[in-house]
Amino acid sequence: MAENSAELRIKGGKVYDPANGIDGEVRDILVRDGRVVDKVSEKARTINAHGMVVMPGGVDIHCHIAGPKVNLSRKLQPEDHRLDVHPGTDVTRSGVGGVTPSTFATGYRYATLGYTTAFDAAVPPLAARHVIEEFHDTPVIDKGFYVLLGNNMFLYDLLKQGRKQDFKEAIAWWVTAARAAGVKLVNAGSDEFWKGRRNENVTDVNEDIDPFDLSPLQATAAFIEAVDELNLPHPAHIHCNNLGHSGNVQTTLDTMKAAEGHRAHIAHVQFHSYAGELGKRVQTGSEAIIDYINTHENITTDVGMVMFGKATAMTADAPLTWMLRFKDTKWVNADTECESGCGVMPFTYQDTNYTHTMQWAIGLELFLLSKDPWRVMFSTDHPNGASFQTYPRLIRLLMDRGFRAEMMKHVNQKAISTCLLPQLDREYSLSEIAIITRAAPARALGLVNKGHLGVGADADITVYTDDENREHMFNAPRYVIKAGKPIIEDHEFVDDHIGRFLHTEPEHDPAIEDQIRPFFEDYYSIRFNNYRVDASYLHDHEVIPLRNSGGKRKKGSK
Amino acid sequence: MSETKTTEAAADEPNIRIVEDATCTFCGCVCDDMELTVDLDANRITKAKNACVLGRAWFLQHGIEDHPQAMIEGREVPLEEAMDEAARILHEAKFPITYGLSDSPCEAQRVAVAINDLVRGNIDTTTSVCHGPSGIAFQGVGESTATLGEVKNRADLVIYWGGNPAESHPRHFTRYTVTPKGRYIPNGKKDRYVVLIDIRKTPSSPVADQSIRVKPGRDFELLWALRALVRGRDISPDIEEITGVSRETLDELVERMKNCNFGVLFFGMGLTMTRGRHFNSGALLALATDLNKHTHFVAKPVRGHGNVTGADNVVSWQTGYPFGVNFHRGYPRFNPGEYTTVDLLARGDADAAMMIATDPASNFPKRAIENLKKIPVISLDAKPTYTSRAARVAFMVATYGINTGGTVYRMDDVPITLRPAFDSPFPTDEEVLTGIYTRLKALRVNGRKKAA
Ligand code: SF4
Repeated sequence: MAENSAELRIKGGKVYDPANGIDGEVRDILVRDGRVVDKVSEKARTINAHGMVVMPGGVDIHCHIAGPKVNLSRKLQPEDHRLDVHPGTDVTRSGVGGVTPSTFATGYRYATLGYTTAFDAAVPPLAARHVIEEFHDTPVIDKGFYVLLGNNMFLYDLLKQGRKQDFKEAIAWWVTAARAAGVKLVNAGSDEFWKGRRNENVTDVNEDIDPFDLSPLQATAAFIEAVDELNLPHPAHIHCNNLGHSGNVQTTLDTMKAAEGHRAHIAHVQFHSYAGELGKRVQTGSEAIIDYINTHENITTDVGMVMFGKATAMTADAPLTWMLRFKDTKWVNADTECESGCGVMPFTYQDTNYTHTMQWAIGLELFLLSKDPWRVMFSTDHPNGASFQTYPRLIRLLMDRGFRAEMMKHVNQKAISTCLLPQLDREYSLSEIAIITRAAPARALGLVNKGHLGVGADADITVYTDDENREHMFNAPRYVIKAGKPIIEDHEFVDDHIGRFLHTEPEHDPAIEDQIRPFFEDYYSIRFNNYRVDASYLHDHEVIPLRNSGGKRKKGSK
Repeated sequence: MSETKTTEAAADEPNIRIVEDATCTFCGCVCDDMELTVDLDANRITKAKNACVLGRAWFLQHGIEDHPQAMIEGREVPLEEAMDEAARILHEAKFPITYGLSDSPCEAQRVAVAINDLVRGNIDTTTSVCHGPSGIAFQGVGESTATLGEVKNRADLVIYWGGNPAESHPRHFTRYTVTPKGRYIPNGKKDRYVVLIDIRKTPSSPVADQSIRVKPGRDFELLWALRALVRGRDISPDIEEITGVSRETLDELVERMKNCNFGVLFFGMGLTMTRGRHFNSGALLALATDLNKHTHFVAKPVRGHGNVTGADNVVSWQTGYPFGVNFHRGYPRFNPGEYTTVDLLARGDADAAMMIATDPASNFPKRAIENLKKIPVISLDAKPTYTSRAARVAFMVATYGINTGGTVYRMDDVPITLRPAFDSPFPTDEEVLTGIYTRLKALRVNGRKKAA
C-alpha cells in the first residue's frame, strides 16, 4: 500500500506536551498537511517512537541569528568558521559554523537540536529588509524578529511633546512597516549619550536624556504601556539599562516596577541580576530578581545563561561592548541613523575567571529558584552568553545536579563560594524543560499553534532517544518534523525546508505617516517611500494575531 | 515582452510614466531619490531629476538594444539552449569559477552562490580588486562605522583619505556628508570641518577646509604617526621627510580629531590599492577605533559599484566570508590570493568561468586574460563587453534598477528596494541563474542515478 506522505503517525512515544497537560504519557501523535490532527488514514506513514521522547519543536524567544550585526560578526571572525566547517549533503546547503554560523548552517544546526522556531531579538527598522533576506536563506526553522524602537528619535520627540496617542500610532506603524513580531527596547536613552556625547552611557535610569527632557525609565514605561495597549501578541521586550554592571539589580527592579499593571518581557535577565557595588566585584543578585518575578505575573523573562567557551558580544547596546573591550580586541561599532546603535566583539567566558563563573552561576540560580516555568524561559542570548549550540549542555545542568556539582569543582572557587548555587539541589523535569524551551516561549509570543501538540498545532515535532545523559539526548534528536515533513530521520537530514516568516500587524491610523514623513525627509538618508518593507519580501509568511482578536477583548482596551 | 505600452496612446500623446523615489545604481551612493520620466513608447528615460552627471548619463543613455537574449559562440540561440549549455559547462568543469556580482541585485547574487555550492566552484566578487584589503583589515581590527544619515545628522569633522568623490561619487558630499543639514548640524557645511588627505590636488579639493598632501605610498606611515600621537606616544622627528606632512599639521589634526563631537574618516581606493593595501585600511580603521577613547569616531570605505556592498553581505551570510570563497571540499573556504579571481586565472587553475556583470577581459592583468581565453566562459551582462563577445555562452540580461527590481545595499549596508522604470525584452540575471541552477540540480540527480 502506497504511503501518503502528507500523513504521519508518530507511534508510541512518551509525549511531553505541557500546554495540554500531557506529561510523558505514551500516545500517538497524528499529522496531516502540516498540522496535528485527531485522525489519519490507513495510508499514513508510521514513525516508530517506542521508548522515545516526543516534544513540540523548540522555540527560541531571544537570539541573534540574522541581519547586519550578525553578518558583521561572521565577517569579523574567519578564524571561527575555519575551525568548524559545515559540509552540505545531497539535500542541504553547505556553510560554516562557529559562534555565528552562516545562514544555512544556523537553520540546520537549530534543527539538529530539535528547535523549529527562533526570534531575532534586535533589528533596526532600516535593516529589516536585510534580516528578512537572510531569513530566506535560514532553512528549516520559522522565524521572526523584534524591531528596535527604544532609542528611536522620532518616538522620543513625540514623548517629549506629550503626544501619547501619536506615540502609540507610530509604534504600530513601525511594527507593521518593518514586518516585526514585537517591539524591542535596548538600554533606553543610551544612543544619545553614546553618539551625541562622546561615547558616554546612561548610568542612572532617572537621569535626563538631553535633549528629550525625559528619563530612561519614563521612556521605558511609555513603551511598555503603549505596546500592551496595542495588544501586540508579545509585550515590550526589554534589555534594561546598566547591563553587566555590578549593582544593576536596582535598575532591573525599577524597570519591572515601572511595568506594573502591564505585561513586560525582561530579556536575558541573568545579565541584569548583579549585586555588589558599581565598579567592584559582581555578586549574585539572583534572589532579589527572581523573588520579584515569582510574585508578579505581568512579567515574563528569558534568562540569558552563560556557558564557558567562545561567545560574541553582539548588541544594540554599543557602549556595553566598548566597556567590555580589553586591550585592543577587535571591535565593531555600527550606528544606525535616528534609531539604533550596535556593537560586536568576540568574547570568551573562562571558568577560571571570577566574573564569568558568577555569570554562569547566576543563570542557573535564576532557573533553580524560579517558581513558574511558564514565565522564566530558556535562552543564552545567543551568541552573547553562549552559542545556541550549548543548549543541550545547559539543559543537562538544569536537569542533573550531579553534573552540576562536578562542573562546580572546575570553576573559580572564590566566586562559587559566595553563590547560592552549591546549596540548590533542584532538578528540572522533562516536562519543565518542555515548558521553558517550547511551551512558554510560544505562549509568550502569542503563537497559538506552536509549543504544543494538540489538534490544530503546527506539526513541528521533535523525537529524542531517551538517554540519561540529557546533553547527548538534546544534542541529537532522532527525528525532526517541520510543518509535517520529516527533515531529520535517524539523525540524518532527509529533506530541506525554507520555513515561514512570522510577523504581526497592529492596527493604526494611516494619518500617522503624515507626521513621520517630514521628520524622515529631514533626518534620514533614504526616502520615506523606500523605507517600508514591501510585500514582495514576505514569501511564505504568517501574521501573528493580536491579543484582542481571539474574542477576549478586555485587557488594555479603555 | 517589452510591449507594455497601450497602443492607442502612441498616436499623438506620448505614453509617459513618472517613477518617483527610484534608485540610481551607478555608484555606491545608491541615491534613492530619483524622479524618472519614462517614455514608454521609446523605451527611454527622458529625464532623471536629482541625478548627478553620472547618474543622468546612466539613465538617459539606457536604451533597449536590438540584441539576442542568448548566444553560443556568437550564434543566436534560444534562451533555454544557452542555459542547458551553461549548466553543462559548469557541471563538467573540475574547477569552475564565478566572478563579478557587484552590479546585480542580491536576489541574483544569492543564486550565484548557490550554484557554486552545488558544483563546488569558486565564488569571488569585484571586492577582491577594490576594497578587498578593507575586508581583510576588518577581520583583523573590526571597524567603528555608521550609516550615512548618522554622518549627515551628527558629523562635525569629515575626513576623506585617498578618494575623489567629486568625480567618482558626485553626490556623496551633497546628499550625505558635507552640505546637508542634519539634526545636530543645523547649518550644514558651516557646522562641519572637512579635511582631504591625498597625494595630489583633485576636483574634490575645493570642498575641503583643509587639504593635506601625503607623499605617494606613504599613507601607512602617516596613519601610524597619527595613531601614535592620538595615543600620546612620540614619533620620529623626520616625519615630514617621510610623509610630506609637517609635525605641526599632524598635531593640529590630532587635536581636531580628539576634540570633535562626531568624526568620520572616509577612505577610497587611493588608500586600499596602493603600497600597504590592507595594512593601510587596517591602520585607518584602528585609528578611528582609537579615537573612540576621546570622542565618537567612525570610518567607512567609499564603495564603488552599485551593489558591491550587497555582494559582500550575501557572500558573507551564505559562506561566512566576504569574497574569494572556494567550495571545492564541499564547504566554503576563504583565502585571498588563492581564491581571488585574478590570482586563480593568472595561475591557470580554473577550467570554466562564469562572469556576471563584469568585464575582466578588458581590465584584468594580461596573464589572467590569456588564461581566461583558454577556457569556456559564460557571461551575463546588460551590455556587450569584451568578455561577452569572447564568451562561449553569452546572456544579455536586463539592467538592474532600470528594468528590474530587487535589492541593493548602499555602501553603508543600508538595503534599498529598486523600482524598475520600464520592461526589458531580456531576462533578469536572477532568471538566467535560476535556470542554470535548476538544470544543474537535475544533472546531479541524473548523475547519481547513473552511478547507482
Ligand atoms: S551619486 Fe552615484 S548613485 Fe547618486 S545619482 Fe550620482 S551616480 Fe547615481
